[in-house]
Amino acid sequence: MPKIINIGMNHETAPVALRECLAVESRNVQKALGLMRSLDVVREGFFLSTCNRVEALIVAQEAREAKRAVVSLLSKIGNIPVDDFSSCLYTYENMDAVTHIFSVASSLDSMVIGEPQILGQIKEAYLQSTREKMSGVILNRLMHKAFHVAKRVRSETDICGAAVSISYAAVELARKIFHALEGKKVLLIGAGEMAELAARHLLTNGVSSMTVVNRTFERAVEVAEHFRASPVSFDEIEDQLLKADIVVSSTAASECIITRAMVKKVLRKRRNRPLFLIDIAVPRDVQPEVNKLNNVYLYDIDDLKGVIEINKAQRQEAAVKAQRIVQEEVVKFEKWLKTLAVVPTIISLRNKAETIIQAEFGKSRSALDQLAPPQRQAIEVLIRSIVEKVLNDPILFLKGKAGRSTLNDYLDTTRKLFSLDEGDESSRTKTVTSNKPC
Amino acid sequence: MEAITSIWFILALCFELIATAGFIVFIVTQKKWVFRVSYWLLVVGFGFHTIFLGFRYYSLGVAPVLDLKSALSFFSWSIIGVYLVIQARFKLRVLGSFVAPLAAFFMTISSAVPGTQAPVKPIFKSLWLTLHVGTVFVGNALLAISCLAAIMYLIQERQIKRKRFGTFYGRLPSLATLDNINYYAILYGFPFLTLGMIVGSIYAHFALGIYWQWDPKEVWSLICWLFYAALIHERLVVGWQGRKAAIMSIVCFSLLIFTFLGVSLLMGGYHSFGNMGGR
Repeated sequence: MPKIINIGMNHETAPVALRECLAVESRNVQKALGLMRSLDVVREGFFLSTCNRVEALIVAQEAREAKRAVVSLLSKIGNIPVDDFSSCLYTYENMDAVTHIFSVASSLDSMVIGEPQILGQIKEAYLQSTREKMSGVILNRLMHKAFHVAKRVRSETDICGAAVSISYAAVELARKIFHALEGKKVLLIGAGEMAELAARHLLTNGVSSMTVVNRTFERAVEVAEHFRASPVSFDEIEDQLLKADIVVSSTAASECIITRAMVKKVLRKRRNRPLFLIDIAVPRDVQPEVNKLNNVYLYDIDDLKGVIEINKAQRQEAAVKAQRIVQEEVVKFEKWLKTLAVVPTIISLRNKAETIIQAEFGKSRSALDQLAPPQRQAIEVLIRSIVEKVLNDPILFLKGKAGRSTLNDYLDTTRKLFSLDEGDESSRTKTVTSNKPC
Repeated sequence: MEAITSIWFILALCFELIATAGFIVFIVTQKKWVFRVSYWLLVVGFGFHTIFLGFRYYSLGVAPVLDLKSALSFFSWSIIGVYLVIQARFKLRVLGSFVAPLAAFFMTISSAVPGTQAPVKPIFKSLWLTLHVGTVFVGNALLAISCLAAIMYLIQERQIKRKRFGTFYGRLPSLATLDNINYYAILYGFPFLTLGMIVGSIYAHFALGIYWQWDPKEVWSLICWLFYAALIHERLVVGWQGRKAAIMSIVCFSLLIFTFLGVSLLMGGYHSFGNMGGR
């Protein structure tokens, strides 16, 4: 019975310096698969490498040997001695490995639970594995099931529901206020990584135009160029407040730039159009009292973090439900895997029948040669269908016993009944690894 | 005849109640199929309700609104009718979870109130009355929906302002959408209300010989009309929107409900239900 083995490290078990050694180059995957193919113990292989994880998934007959081979393979790729990283590795076998890979695909094992990239990365890695002809019956099925599980988790739970980053949370809130961001105007005050990220997300989500304000005009021009926005000088803030729908502020100023009085004055001229202020600066740029004005919504960095915390908790809750889905699918996969044990016997049975047919045809050749081709063909069809019918019930019976504890006895009996283990046919069990679905 | 009509009434009531339950299940579970089932239950209920009203109209010769029982059922019917139109336009699933309970509420009260069996006075058998009642009720239904949208707006606005997101946050649409529904429902409801009042006064001129006679219902209707006019004015001219507009439209609708039920029951006058059937 072949074993499924998973060896890897992720953001929890290994420091980034170590992951870097193994992960950075995408060529590594190809290299790893190439090395895997040269290993005799590895029958099927899959290698995943992202910035947060490195995983090798293999199918092998000899678990211990295979593990050792994979670990030394990792050390070869990363060019680091085994002892330096062996403590950071985790190893899963059989159903634990299946559970793990299903969880990874469903983004339950990710640093940010529910992040959507991992599934694409796994698909890519699987594609490479098939290209290198390193995936066989078991891996094909396993990976397709992993995609299926990920899809189920995404559609049946809220795992990728609410935003868990500051900038996404800001976009989500803006949507709850304005419904659509199309045609809305953003005012970016000051600059900073997080503010620019938020502005970028707003732009990609449909905001139509953006204006950049900075204490130093040159910097404003510079930032504006990034976003194809228009720069304006610092004194024009009040004017700009009149036009903007969403304000993202993050200056290094020590006191408030936007005061309640200022917004109140503007509000009347805006005819009460809603205004959404996102204050990412510390200390704050916008007076907190601004939030008390009608149709004005102010979120500072702590508020946004609060939103994210709630959303993270929601995802954790969803993850529990997702784990149940994973378990369900693991059980299904296990069932399928057990039917594989029957396959070699069925194949030998069929091969044996085929040999007999060929042999008997050979014996009767002289008699058959006298018949016309259509008749000869009819006889061949007849013989094959009789053999097929005779074999049908035993095969169905064996498949039905797959996964039962008595299976081995039945397999044994079958092999003895049909004397399958004598002659050349018994050595052909290696054909299991072919891509033929069962 | 009565037996048949009451069967239609009971069918309508049952379907509307089940639909309401469905809509409540929908807002909790957020399953689309629950919404679809509830929606079609409501449509079927509305169909039965229409048949019921059709029979009543046929047997009375006038829109069935002359006693409290009929008026409430008619109101419930118009709310559902207007909702179905709005739903087709806005496709906002959560709206049903607010509208259906309101309609079912009026329908349930209607089923509990005893109806009068007095014959209809010939003066009421006029197309003008049906027109008056029809326009006023469509207007009222639209204004009811604007009030519901206002309530939804206030719930959602409170969550966003306080930065505490409860169960409703994800289930309610954006503030802009809710404000829009509130606005358009009033913008369309108000002309119906106006038209209804004008038609009513023309009818009064034919039937009673006088356009306006300071009947309590007339006075209160005028007050409501002025309130709504003020709200629309503020919205269009001053640019009111959001919270203030929402609160104002709830106040306006409370006045309207008082005019519809309170005045008819408590204050007498020729609009009161007592005077319609009694004499």
